[in-house]
Amino acid sequence: MDWITLLVVPAIKSLVLIILLLLGFAYLTYYERKVLARFHARYGPNRAGPLGLLQPIADALKAIFKEEIIPGHVDKPIYLLAPVLALIPALVAYAVIPIGPSITLFGQQINLFIADVNIGFLYILAVASVGTYGVILAGWSSNNKYATLGSLRTSAQMISYELALGTMLAAIVLTTSLATGTGSLSLVELVQTPRPLWLWAWLWLGFPIVFICMLAETNRSPFDFPETENELVAGFQTEYGGIKFALFFMAEYIHMIVASGVMVTVFFGGYRGPFVDELPLLGVLYFVLKVILVLFLFLWVRASVPRARYDQLMAFNWKFLLELSLVYLAITAVIVAFV
Amino acid sequence: MQLLFFLALAAVAIAGALGVVLSKKPVYSALSLLVNFAVAALLFITLQAQFVAVVQIIVYAGAIVVLFLFVIMLIGGDLTGVGGRTRMRNVASIVAVVAGVLLLAGLGYAVVAGQMASANGDVPGQGSVQAIAQMLFTDYLLPFELTAVLLLVAMIGAVVLARKPAEPNT
Repeated sequence: MDWITLLVVPAIKSLVLIILLLLGFAYLTYYERKVLARFHARYGPNRAGPLGLLQPIADALKAIFKEEIIPGHVDKPIYLLAPVLALIPALVAYAVIPIGPSITLFGQQINLFIADVNIGFLYILAVASVGTYGVILAGWSSNNKYATLGSLRTSAQMISYELALGTMLAAIVLTTSLATGTGSLSLVELVQTPRPLWLWAWLWLGFPIVFICMLAETNRSPFDFPETENELVAGFQTEYGGIKFALFFMAEYIHMIVASGVMVTVFFGGYRGPFVDELPLLGVLYFVLKVILVLFLFLWVRASVPRARYDQLMAFNWKFLLELSLVYLAITAVIVAFV
Repeated sequence: MQLLFFLALAAVAIAGALGVVLSKKPVYSALSLLVNFAVAALLFITLQAQFVAVVQIIVYAGAIVVLFLFVIMLIGGDLTGVGGRTRMRNVASIVAVVAGVLLLAGLGYAVVAGQMASANGDVPGQGSVQAIAQMLFTDYLLPFELTAVLLLVAMIGAVVLARKPAEPNT
């Protein structure tokens, strides 16, 4: 029995989670194309299957069966390693995010998260910081000036915005001690502890800052510098095609799902909602709905805001966002100390 | 079980360390270093020190090796090292060997003489964020704050070095 709870259950949960994330990725592309089409007043994909619902499957099949091309001037081992290194951090980040309360299945108590570690927040930051490797190595191994410049830009952007993001998350960690007296870095405990309404209001004030950081972290428009096609062809992905390109694409979209999951957990109560205590599976539904809503924000921004200039992006982070997050952290610290 | 796990991790760590030294291309060296750091983080986890493990990943894997890669990419990572095997490099390798032998001797002496307390994760919660914070902000407050000043000085130094000299006629 012991080894079942120790090894088999987490393994199954991880497998299910990965499959869900990959499916989520496929349909996120569909969601994005449909939403963007509405913004542009057109139909979007509507040929493959009813309402174009089979379009992601068709795209995936196309990517898989495309001829594998490895350019002659690349550093082959690292060229092949880079897409994998981009995708894995995106996939493993979900391990600490609770997607629902405990449910009972086959007489076993199953927690709907993979690990409740007491360093959940730091784990997210660590995984995010490792995510830059895929980008850097892809740019370097491609042996191409556009790819190198694109990867330098992208990784500098990701590293810079991690600072503001980390500061904001630190402020949110501080508030966890308000309700119970002892703070915690665990995302599971964060969801479970109830918080007063004024605290929610204060947290939501910080949401725009975190959201902007997440846009930059996931390389989404208006910060989509990896694919500034007018300057850099396709940035670090220039030399990649077929399924290897699809892996980078996948990493970006799964990063979006992860970022949305983190923001839902931190700002919108995760899986909590009415009647979750009576019917635990409802929590999963709430979580998914909230993630879809936050993902809509990403797409909304992409449809509405033009791409920033690279120096503007850096100046905005170092001269405004970081300071703002430090002020937010300081005020939060004062609140926590005196309430 | 734990010993097996440790031996496997240690083997990977040594392979990574050898990779750092023996790789022809600097980028491969940096990646081997990354493997080494990652394994060190895993070893910390087996010692119940999750906080140190994650900090190891964030600081070393997430920042320092990225910085190395930046430098290698910008200074030309395709070359086998910077320059050939000049006299400077020979001196450096002699110094490195001497330092390595001294380090090994010191560590060996400490282990044999029982100077090193074994860290085996017996005390649960010892490596938790709370425990470390408690130590850091009470017993080790002064060194902690001094480190902050040191980092600030380093940062100012970097800014001064990187800043363009002011144009004389503006």
